[in-house]
Parts: sequence; structure tokens; C-alpha cells
Amino acid sequence: MPRYARNLVVALLLLAVLYALDYFVFDPGRRMISPYVARIIMLAGINITLAVSLNLINGFTGQFSIGHAGFMAVGAYSSAYFSINQGARLAAGLGDGLLGWAAALLLATPLGALVAGAAGFLVGVPSLRLKGDYLAIVTLGFGQIIVVFLNNIEAIGGARGYSGIPIVKSFFWIALVAVLTIVVVHNLVHSAIGRALVSIREDELASEAMGVNTTRYKVMAFVISSALAGAGGVLLAHFDGYLNPKSFEFIKSFEILIMIILGGLGSIVGSVLGAVVLTVLPEALREFAQYRMVIYSVLLIVLMITRPNGLLGGLDPFKGWRARDRAKTRTEAEEITAEDTRDNDSVDKATLGERAGDTSLGEGDTRR
Amino acid sequence: MLTLENISVSYGAIRALKGVSMHVEQGEVVTLIGANGAGKTTTLRSITGLLAPTEGRILFEGAEISGKPTHQLVARGISMSPEGRGVFANLTVRENLQMGAYLKKNKAEINRDLERGFRMFPRLKERESQKAGTLSGGEQQMLAMARALMSRPRLLLLDEPSLGLAPLVVHTIFEAIDEIRGEGTTILLVEQNAHAALKHSDRAYVLETGRIVMEGASKELAADPRIKEAYLGE
Repeated sequence: MPRYARNLVVALLLLAVLYALDYFVFDPGRRMISPYVARIIMLAGINITLAVSLNLINGFTGQFSIGHAGFMAVGAYSSAYFSINQGARLAAGLGDGLLGWAAALLLATPLGALVAGAAGFLVGVPSLRLKGDYLAIVTLGFGQIIVVFLNNIEAIGGARGYSGIPIVKSFFWIALVAVLTIVVVHNLVHSAIGRALVSIREDELASEAMGVNTTRYKVMAFVISSALAGAGGVLLAHFDGYLNPKSFEFIKSFEILIMIILGGLGSIVGSVLGAVVLTVLPEALREFAQYRMVIYSVLLIVLMITRPNGLLGGLDPFKGWRARDRAKTRTEAEEITAEDTRDNDSVDKATLGERAGDTSLGEGDTRR
Repeated sequence: MLTLENISVSYGAIRALKGVSMHVEQGEVVTLIGANGAGKTTTLRSITGLLAPTEGRILFEGAEISGKPTHQLVARGISMSPEGRGVFANLTVRENLQMGAYLKKNKAEINRDLERGFRMFPRLKERESQKAGTLSGGEQQMLAMARALMSRPRLLLLDEPSLGLAPLVVHTIFEAIDEIRGEGTTILLVEQNAHAALKHSDRAYVLETGRIVMEGASKELAADPRIKEAYLGE
């Protein structure tokens, strides 16, 4: 079967499975799972979208963005505005049923992503032209500014919050966006573009010397990352039908950052895991509410001591690429690699530190 | 092939280069030697577009390249092995070399060039699937040079290839420079190790506090009493 045909079949199967899950498991009428559990699973889905998209810029490209919630807010509010003013009419026009809302969301999601992506472009271009940690400072500022705007624009509810957004609590839609995000990021990092992105993370100057237009690739990765965060925001906006500027403050950006660090920078599976763990964990610890933050912090500390690269950190972003190459090399060489990945913790730590510190010239540890 | 015309570079109020003129002709190995802070790295950085000269022009094969972004140089036929080697620590040796051929599309050609790199540095072949960060300093330098050759440059810029390496490894590196030159690649070698650099080059420039103070055939410079005293420690 040709590749595209196989991909099509896989995609259709996946859609069928997601829809079946939505229909049989998540339908409140069937009482398969409690609304509470369903809610947690769906929130985890939204967080997966956010974490995987942030990993693209922070984990794979090595640029430190700490304003992810800002882009999420842009996507959430812009799509909410659209849904209230246009989407509702559109859905009503199509009979207000499932079909109508599917059509409305089908428009609202790309719209939110597009607006967030545009915001990413405006923030990214000036700050990514420079080498170094300017992006962290600028995104931090951006996140704050967005919240100030949201608090003061009356048309979108201001500090009271934005209510009246059509609620579409759809597992299918949330899972679809999460899967799409994973597919987009996965395909991107396994392409020639992905090699360029990883080389920027490893050593920006050397990457430039290989002929990689580093500014262009950094901006591209950042825009895609922001757009996907925007899509995550769209889901959140239509989840409870209510948005509050408070939920997009710095702490939210930080939360997403913790997810990818916990899961392992540069690992997609890690980000998914991090998102799930950090959605479920606070809920699981709800019984010990007063000790919750203590347990939560201790767990994080233990993890950082035992696995400084995150749960799945240091695993290979280029597995597929490498597997193809390996077919050509001897088994002997494979054994060396295997030993190597084990012994490599210290190196990973060094690069991680470098990323947090100075990515600018990458002269830090390779030089000595 | 490469011409620097009266290049001046300032860092704020400090003038790091004060009217440097030099040229590199096709097929030559030219070395630029000087003490720390003489302006060697600044010169190289202005050639590679990391710094914009405040005065003067840089020409490569007749076209002005001063102020052009670094990533455009590869397509023009200039490749560099950056100071401090700059290998991609978390990528394997093979992946590093493949990155060197980033702008190349022809798979067969890339594979041939990979094999050529491995022939030149058999050590790299042994370490093919090892992460570059686990290599020794000398091996990383070999990798940086092999990677720079993957784009089939007409001009290769080497920034302090012997920095911090054991004498035996330095020997290997300079042998490789001879070999690269034998294949017809022009080389501009920036070095602190004046002894080895003069031995393995055709012509040399001596840089002192931002000015070229001497230039000439490497053999003659190596015999010059002033050079002997200041740079060769004799």
C-alpha cells in the first residue's frame, strides 16, 4: 500500500476510535465514567496540546519561552469572541445540533490558532533575531501584558471574566487537537527542519555555519508553537464556557513549563506523560488537600534528583532517523551507542544547564 | 580568492582591528598568527559575518561579502570550523557530519563525502554512532573539520584547530590540513601555535594589536629572528 494511503487509513481509524470513545465512554447519558473523571481526562488532553507545543520551542529548538499561557489566552479569547458573535449564529443556521457546533468549532479552532500564531510572530521576530535569552524576557513580558489587556478590555468581560461562550465539552474534539499537535510536532522534528532546529539547540553558531538560517527556523518553530498553544486555548474557552484573565497568569505558563521539564525536554512522549501526571496528580492529592502542595513539591524534588533530565529526558529525538542509519552499521557500533546513552547523563546535564544559562554562542562546555 | 581591504572593527570605543589587509589565493594555505587579543578571532568573525567591519571591504571570488549573514557563506563555498569546535554534542558523529551537508540534496554525494571524511579520520569511523559530546577534544576537532568539509567548500576557515590539544593530536590535525590542501581546498588557518602553523602553510600574516606587522612566505617568516624570538620561543 502506498504511504499516503496507509496514512489515510490510519487517520480514519484513529478518528473512528476517538469518536467511538466519545460516543460510548464519554457520553454522560451512558454513565460509563463519572463526569469528574471525564473532566480530568479532557483537561489532561488540553494540557497535552499545551505541553507538546511548548516542547517544540523549549525542548527541541532550545529557546526558552516562558509565556505560553499568553498565547493560549490569545487563542482562547479570540475564538470565544468569534463563537459568541458569529459561531452561535452559524450553529443555529445549521440546526444547532452536533453538526452545527462541529462546523462552528471547525472555524473557531483554526481562527484561535491563527491569531495566536500571529501574536507569536510579532513577539518572535524582534526577540529571536538576537542570540541568547532575550526570548525568555520578552515572553515573560508578553504574558503579563496580555493579562493586563484582558483585565481591561470590557468587550471581552474585563476582570469579571468572559462568560456566555458556547460550551462544547467534546472528548472527540479535544483528543483530535491533541493528536494533531503530536503529529505536527513529531513530523516536524523528524524532518530536515527538525535537524536544523536541534542543531540550533546544540550550538547556534555552528548551526549557522552549516548554512542554517537560524533566525528563520527559530521564528518558524516559535510561531507554530504559539499557534498550537492558541488551539489549546480554544479548547479551554469552549470547555467551561467561561474565561477569566486570572487563569492565564504567569503561574499557568510555569505549570506548562514544569510539565515538559518533568517529562523531559525534547521528548514528545515525555511531554504527554508530564501533562497527564501534572493534571492527575493534584487531583489525586485532593484528599490531602492541606499537604497537597508539600507532597507535590517533594515529588518534584525527588524526580529532579533521580532523573535530572525528566522522566523520559535524554531519550532520542531522532529514533527513526537513527534506526534507518543503523541498518547500515554493524551491531558492534550499536552496542557502543547503547553504552553511550547510558553514560551520557553528564553531557545532557551540561547542555541543559547551558540552555538555561547561555545559549548564545554555545561556547560554554564544548570548548573546554 | 579572498581579499580583505583595509578592515577596521570596533567594539564600542575600542578598535580591535586597525586597517587589516590580506589576501588568500586559490590553492594556498595561509595562516594568520598572533598572540591572544591580537585580533585573530575578530578578523575571522568579520569574514564569517558575525561582526560587521566599520571600515573596509571583504571580497570572496570578486563579490563583496562583508556584513552578509553567516548562513549564506556556505552556499557561496566558504565553510568554517568554529573556534571551540562547536560540535553538536547530543547528535552522533554521523549526524554531525550529515548536518555539515545540510544544504546538499544529493544523497549519494553526501554518502560519498561521509566515507571520505571517515577515510581521512578513521577514528571518527570507529565512533560513528557515538554522541559527539562523548568524544575527546582531539576527536571533536577532527569531527569539526570533517563536518566543515561536508559542504565541499572552496575555502575552509579553521579557527585555532590545535587549541588545547595534546601534541600528538596536534600532529594528526596538521597532517589532515596537509591532506585537505592536497585535495585542492584553499585554507585560511588562524593559529596560536605559530611553529606548526608556519610549517604547514605557504604564506603567513602576523597580527599584533589589530595590525598586520609582518607578512611573507611561511618558510622565510619561520627563519626571521623577530618571529623566532616572539612566537617560536627560540
